[in-house]
Amino acid sequence: MPTKIISPITRLNGFWRIDVNIENGQVVDAYSSGIFFRGIEKILHGRDPRDAVYLTQRICGICSTAHGLASSLALEDAFKIKPPRNGIIIRNLLFGADLLQNHIRHFYFLTVPDFVRGPDRPPFVPRYEVDYRLSRTESDKIYENYMESIHISRAVHDMVTIFGGKIPHNHGILAGGATVPPTADNVRMFMSLLQKVRSFVQNKMMADLEKIATAYEDYYKIGIGTGNLMAFGMFPHPDKKDDFYFKPGIIIGKKREKLDAMAITEHIKYSWYRASPPLHPEEGETQPDTGKEDAYSWVKAPRYKGHPVEGGPLARLILSGDYKGGHSAMDRIAARVMEANIVSEMMEEWCRQLEIGKPVFTPYDMPANAEGIGMVEAMRGGLGHWMRMRAGRITHYQIITPSAWNCSPRDDEGRRGPVEEALIGTPIEDFDQPIEVGRVARSFDPCLACAVHMIDMKGREKYVEIL
Amino acid sequence: MITRREFLKLCLSSAALSLSGILLPKVAEALDERGEKVTVIWLEMMTCTGDFLSFANTLNPDVEQLIKDTINLEFQNTMMAAEGELALQHLYDVASREEGRYILVAEGTVPTRDNGFYGITGYYEDGTPLKDIDAVKFLGKRAKHVIAIGTCASFGGPYAASPNPSGSVPVHKVLKGIQVINVPGCPAHPDWFVGTLSHVILYGVPSLDAFGRPRMFYRHTIHDFCPRRQHFENGIFAKEPGDEGCLFQIGCKGPVTYSDCPTRKWNSMHLNWPVGANTPCIGCVSPEFPDRMSPFFAHLQDVNLPNINVNASLIGKAAIGTAAAAIGTHAIVSAAKGRIFRHLAESSETKDVGKELEKVVEEKLSGDKISDEDMQGVEKSPSGSENKSVAKPENTAKHCEEISRELIPSRPKIKRPKKLVTRKLRR
Repeated sequence: MPTKIISPITRLNGFWRIDVNIENGQVVDAYSSGIFFRGIEKILHGRDPRDAVYLTQRICGICSTAHGLASSLALEDAFKIKPPRNGIIIRNLLFGADLLQNHIRHFYFLTVPDFVRGPDRPPFVPRYEVDYRLSRTESDKIYENYMESIHISRAVHDMVTIFGGKIPHNHGILAGGATVPPTADNVRMFMSLLQKVRSFVQNKMMADLEKIATAYEDYYKIGIGTGNLMAFGMFPHPDKKDDFYFKPGIIIGKKREKLDAMAITEHIKYSWYRASPPLHPEEGETQPDTGKEDAYSWVKAPRYKGHPVEGGPLARLILSGDYKGGHSAMDRIAARVMEANIVSEMMEEWCRQLEIGKPVFTPYDMPANAEGIGMVEAMRGGLGHWMRMRAGRITHYQIITPSAWNCSPRDDEGRRGPVEEALIGTPIEDFDQPIEVGRVARSFDPCLACAVHMIDMKGREKYVEIL
Repeated sequence: MITRREFLKLCLSSAALSLSGILLPKVAEALDERGEKVTVIWLEMMTCTGDFLSFANTLNPDVEQLIKDTINLEFQNTMMAAEGELALQHLYDVASREEGRYILVAEGTVPTRDNGFYGITGYYEDGTPLKDIDAVKFLGKRAKHVIAIGTCASFGGPYAASPNPSGSVPVHKVLKGIQVINVPGCPAHPDWFVGTLSHVILYGVPSLDAFGRPRMFYRHTIHDFCPRRQHFENGIFAKEPGDEGCLFQIGCKGPVTYSDCPTRKWNSMHLNWPVGANTPCIGCVSPEFPDRMSPFFAHLQDVNLPNINVNASLIGKAAIGTAAAAIGTHAIVSAAKGRIFRHLAESSETKDVGKELEKVVEEKLSGDKISDEDMQGVEKSPSGSENKSVAKPENTAKHCEEISRELIPSRPKIKRPKKLVTRKLRR
C-alpha cells in the first residue's frame, strides 16, 4: 500500500506530519503526528499562579487571548472571584477581536492558497499545479481581497491593542477581569475599526467563500468527520450566570448531551508516554516512553466518554442552532467564515453595553492552596486549563487544547482521531501532488503549536519510522 | 526652514519613530546588485509563530508592499503555498541558488536535547527528518545576514525557561562565528523587525549593542521614557492592575528593560502598550525573560519607599539609588551582585524551585569572564561593520558578565543617600 508522508504541512501554526495510505486514488488510512515539543506545563511548575496568564499565552501566537482567558478562568475558579460586568464585556471584546483575526487570517492566508491559484511570485510559488478550478480573473479578484485581508487582520489586532496593550500576547486579560476601563475615546476607536472589519467580512470574505464553495461543491462530501461535536461555551453573558452567547454542549452520534467535564480522559496508547489507563486531566501525569511500540505522535488522544470529538466553529454553530449543514471539509470552512460574520455583529452590540465609569477589575487576595478549572471555547474548539497550587505556587498544570482533540492520534480502542477519520475516503488525483489532503486537514484550522505541550523526557536517540 | 536632509535627520533622531515609513521608498528600490529583490528565508523553529503574526501587523511598509516590492519571501511556514517535500526541496534550492545573498530570519529557539529531535522542520518523503538545528546551521552558514526575531531566537525566552524541557538555546549559540542580529521582544514589535530589516537591506548591519540588538530600538530603559515616570517620582503607585499610577510596586520591570515601547507603543498604529493598559511591563525583551522577570506581579527589589512628603526629588534618587543603581540599568549587573535576583528568586519560588533557579544563575555567573579590552573593542566598532566582534555569538552566552563589564567600569557610582529608606509608602 503506497504511503505518502507530508511534512511540513505548511500554512498552519506549528509543525505537523501526516502520513496517508493511498489505494485506488483514495485515502484508506491516515496518521496525524505532532513533531515538535516544548513543555510549557513543566515550565509553569513552581511559579506564581498569576504568571500563568501571561506565560500560557506564549503557547500560541495566533490564539494567545484564548490561553490568557482559560488561565484567568482557572485562577478565578481557584481564588473564588468573579470579574465585574464591564470586565466580562471587555474580555469578550478582546477575545472576539482576536477570533476575527484568526478567522480572517485562516481563511485567506491558510485556506485560499489550497483552492485558488495565487500570483506567480513567492511565497505563492512553488505550489502544487493540480485542480485549481477558478479562472485567472476570478483568482486575481480573490487575491486582491487576500491583500486587503492583510490590512484588515492588522486592524483587528490593533483593536485588541486598545484594551489589551499589545498583541500577540496581550496584557489586558487577567484573573479578576480586564485592566483598561472603557472611555468614549477608546470605545469609539474600537467601534470604528470594527465597522471596517465587519464590512470586509460581510462583503468580501463571504463572497469569496461563496465562490470557492460553488467551484468546489464536491468538498461538501469530502472530509466528513465523526459527527461527534463539542463546545465549551463561548462569550459568557455579562448578566446571566453560566450563560453563553455560543452554547456549550456535546453531540455524540446525533444525540445531544449536557457537557460533563469529568467525562474527559486522555488516552496515550499511541503517544510516546508510559502506558497508563486513560486518566482525567486533573490526575494526568506525563511520563514519556519513547521506545514504546505503536506510538506515533506527541499529541495525546483526549476522548469524551471514550469518543473522539471535533471542536471548532462548525461544532459551535451547530450546537447554537446557527448552522444546518453537514460535517464536511467545506462545511467547516463555511462555518468559520459565517462565525466571523456573526461575532462581528455581536461585538457591536457589546460595545454599546459597556458602562463608562464602572470598574473592570476585581481585586483579590491569593489563597495559599487552591485548585481551579478554566474551560473556554477557543478559536478552534474547547480549551481547558487545570491548575492546582500549594503554598502560593503552581504544583500541577495541565492543558488540553482544541487541536489536541482534533489532531489526536488513535485512542486505546484504536479509534482514529477526528482529522484522521475525516481524511479517510479523500480522493487523491495525483499521488505526487496530494493537494486534497491539505484541504481537508486545514479545514480543522489545526494549531500544532497548541496541540503539543510536551513535558520532560529522556532518551529517543534515533528516529523510528512508524509506517 | 529646514532642509530635507535635516528633516530626515530630525525624524531619525526622534527615537526613530517613523523610521520604517521614511525608508519605505528607498527600501522599495533596494534591489541587489543583479537588480533583483532581496531573498528572505524565514525559518520557524520552536516558536508560537507570534513573531510572524506580529510582522504581519506591520503598517509602513505593510506586508503587501514588502512581498510585492521589496523582498522575495521564498520560505515561510505560515504563508507559503508549497508543503511537504516540495517545500523542503524549494528551501534547499533557494539556499543553494542565493548562497551568500539571502537574509535568514530565524524565529524561535533551537532545541538541542536528543540531537535536536524535539523540533523538526519537516520530513522528506523517505522519512528522514530535517531537524531545526540542522536547518538553521545549513541556512545560517550560507546567509548574507542572519536576523533572530523574537526573544526566543535572540536569548531563549519562555521555552528555554527553567527547567528547559527541550534543551532550547538561542540561535547565536548554534551559529558560532556567524554574526546574528538579535531583535528581541515577545513578540518583536513589527517596527523593530521591519526597521532592522530595512537597515540591513539599505545600509548593512546597524549599530549593535553587546547583546547584538540594534541600538536604534533598544537604547533606553522603559523607565527612562515612561509616561508614568512622574508618578514614580511623586510616589503615586498602583495597587492593583487596572489602577492608574506607577506600576513599579505591582511588578513593573520597566527600570531594567531596554526598549522604546513607551515612545513607540503597539502595534503598528501605535495605540497602546502594556503600561498604558495599566499592567506591569514584564520585561519580555530582556535576555533574562522570563525566569528573572518573574513573578510578573512582584516588584523588583524590596525597596522601602520613603514618605512622599519628605522630598520628592530625593525619592527619585533613592529609587534610582536602590532600584536603578542596585538593579543596574541592566538587571543582571546587580543580579551578578546578588541583589534583585536573589530577591526575585526567593520571592518567586518555593524552596526547591528556588534552588533550581539559583543553579541557573550560578551557571550563568560562573561563565568565562570577558576581558575589558574585548568590550572596549565592541564599543568602538563602527556601525555597519560586518563580521567583527560586534556581538560574538559565543560570548553572548555569558551576557551577565558582559553587561556588567560594559556598564560598570565607566559608570560613576551613585551614592545611596543615607536614612532615606525610612518608612513604607503610605497611601
